[in-house]
Amino acid sequence: MQQVANGIFSGSIYALFAIGFALVFGVLDRLNLAHSAVFAAAAFVGIDLVGSVGVPVWLALPLVLIFGALLGLVIERLAFRPLKNRHDAHFAGLISSIAVGAMILALVQARYGPGTRRFPVGTFPSTAFTVGGVRITLLQLVILGVSVALMLGLAYVVERTRLGRGMRAVAENPHAARVLGINVDRVTATTFAISSALGAVAGVLLSFYVNSAQLSMGFNIELKGLAVIVVGGMASLRGAMVGGIALGLAEVFAVAYIGSSWRDAVAFGLLFAVLLIRPQGLFGNPRAREV
Amino acid sequence: MRPRSIPLAAGGAAVALLLTSCAASSGGDVTPSEPAATGSTSAAPGAGGTGDECTLSDPVKVGAALSLTGAAGSYGASQQKGLQTALDTVTARGGITYDLKVEDDQTDPKQGISIFEQFLNRDKVSVILGPTLSNAAKTTDPIAQEAKVPVLGVSNTAAGITEIGDYVFRDSLPETAVIPQTIQKAKESLGLKKVVVMYSNDDAFTESGYQAFEAALKDNNVEIIKTLTFSKADTDFRALLTEAKDAAPDALVVSGLIEAAIPLVTQARQVGITAPIIGGNGFNSPKLMADAGQAAEGVVVGAAWNSASASPENSAFLEAFKAKNGSDPDQFAAQAYTGLILVDDAVRAKCSAAPADVRDGLAGLSDIKTPLGSFSFDEQREPQHPAVVQVVKDGAFTVLQ
Repeated sequence: MQQVANGIFSGSIYALFAIGFALVFGVLDRLNLAHSAVFAAAAFVGIDLVGSVGVPVWLALPLVLIFGALLGLVIERLAFRPLKNRHDAHFAGLISSIAVGAMILALVQARYGPGTRRFPVGTFPSTAFTVGGVRITLLQLVILGVSVALMLGLAYVVERTRLGRGMRAVAENPHAARVLGINVDRVTATTFAISSALGAVAGVLLSFYVNSAQLSMGFNIELKGLAVIVVGGMASLRGAMVGGIALGLAEVFAVAYIGSSWRDAVAFGLLFAVLLIRPQGLFGNPRAREV
Repeated sequence: MRPRSIPLAAGGAAVALLLTSCAASSGGDVTPSEPAATGSTSAAPGAGGTGDECTLSDPVKVGAALSLTGAAGSYGASQQKGLQTALDTVTARGGITYDLKVEDDQTDPKQGISIFEQFLNRDKVSVILGPTLSNAAKTTDPIAQEAKVPVLGVSNTAAGITEIGDYVFRDSLPETAVIPQTIQKAKESLGLKKVVVMYSNDDAFTESGYQAFEAALKDNNVEIIKTLTFSKADTDFRALLTEAKDAAPDALVVSGLIEAAIPLVTQARQVGITAPIIGGNGFNSPKLMADAGQAAEGVVVGAAWNSASASPENSAFLEAFKAKNGSDPDQFAAQAYTGLILVDDAVRAKCSAAPADVRDGLAGLSDIKTPLGSFSFDEQREPQHPAVVQVVKDGAFTVLQ
């Protein structure tokens, strides 16, 4: 039971990261590989805010969210907008987002150095509860709460608001959306902002969870995020949520029953298995769009 | 998943660029070539007296190959400060002056080779200190051995260093010497009967630390109820620690590097493990208390240097280091400091800067009072001095009683 709880908590962070990935992919049909750089940059900025500036933790999360959103706008402007009219915009955007991601990481390294950074001791109270033999810390509850709240908030935005309608229209057909009077550029920029804001919060939550932030932390989760959205069915937000939790559980059980060295092998083996059995992913539409 | 290889390739290219741009920044003080001051006879010109009375007119040339940049950069920087502090100490003894040349091997054994060749062929040094890392020592020390110039490692702890040859020494206690003392002391003090062992199995040093722990636990009749492995890049240990907790051990024995040690210790307390944690050499850093805070309380670590030792040599070292550098030394600084002190004693023993005489002087050192304690070299040129078993108490390392 304890291991199930461990898996759900780390899985909720994967889900939050992956959902940002899936949002951009689902709405705009673009794979934003700078997402992992946002994730790592946000962790460093969060640590800096709490550690050096002295911002309280509860305020650091919304600040990082804003930071992520701004970074998302920058990524859109630098990596995607200049290329959007090219016929190979998918691939060009993929490459240019790698470049922007590398730039973000270089700036983070210039500012914070190459070493591991941590939150100051005692940032988070070490309160723990025992429920039915399962030990859960306050930190874990906060992580789960923030992740779920943000994911539900996103679902509400996409399904119920004017902005969400715009996103869905753009996802369906950007040209038709433009004809219908939707400001496609603004919807695109907003989508990137929301996506990166979610990725940024995921970065801070992970650095909370493991009490460390490294420059390389994004690369590892980038692969996991890709795995999660593939398992979940590329563009599906619900799939990304479930896929994230599933990956978290798979990892924990791999560690518990096979050995820690096999963690990634099992997780990606699972990805492979899902692709063989259900090529469209768990929640994907069988008529998958052409990518 | 074709796109997956792209970020990695891009990252690799970026790293390669960084490395090449760093490579241009080596170099150092270029001294005009001088006639070799390294005759084979013990009586160099201007030499007189022995021991404390010894005076040499020419400065003794000492080369130090340290990793000042790169992955081991923080260790090398600390060693350099230790050496600079020692330089003041040995100069104050009078009679002998030292020309200390510090070069940066950039944590790259290949760079270490060219530094050694420069020390041997151009600078004609009497003795070389370093290099910082054991895997560099394995490639560089044979060069000095062939040239018959003594090398004194001040931080190499891997097995097989001094086996390179009779000109290779080290003053850094290997983990295999520290760990048995740690386990024995921990068993006496904490009453260990059964433990869970965790180690990262993708790193040569933590794996050899694990083997030393395993042997020491067996010798002390402590049962290993479970062995868990992790990767040196892991940061989330909760699943493993839950496994460990279920086994209800008397202690957790961990061989890992400091980057893994900090989250591991923090998370162990979060999942509710209250048993003591016994760490290998990787845990021996003040960063552990600085970053893990309250969670680090009760962590037991064996070490070669007791920072809290009240011996006159150690007190003098602490004071001099702090006055010169404005910070407290770590074990790397203490061992580097001791290295130059030992060189001074070796030079004075024969009152000669000739490499062969320095080698013989080093080999003959016994019961030298140093910050590391009473120091001798054994027949294998390995250091002999007591290890200290520390426990974290109130945010600082204290001696385990």
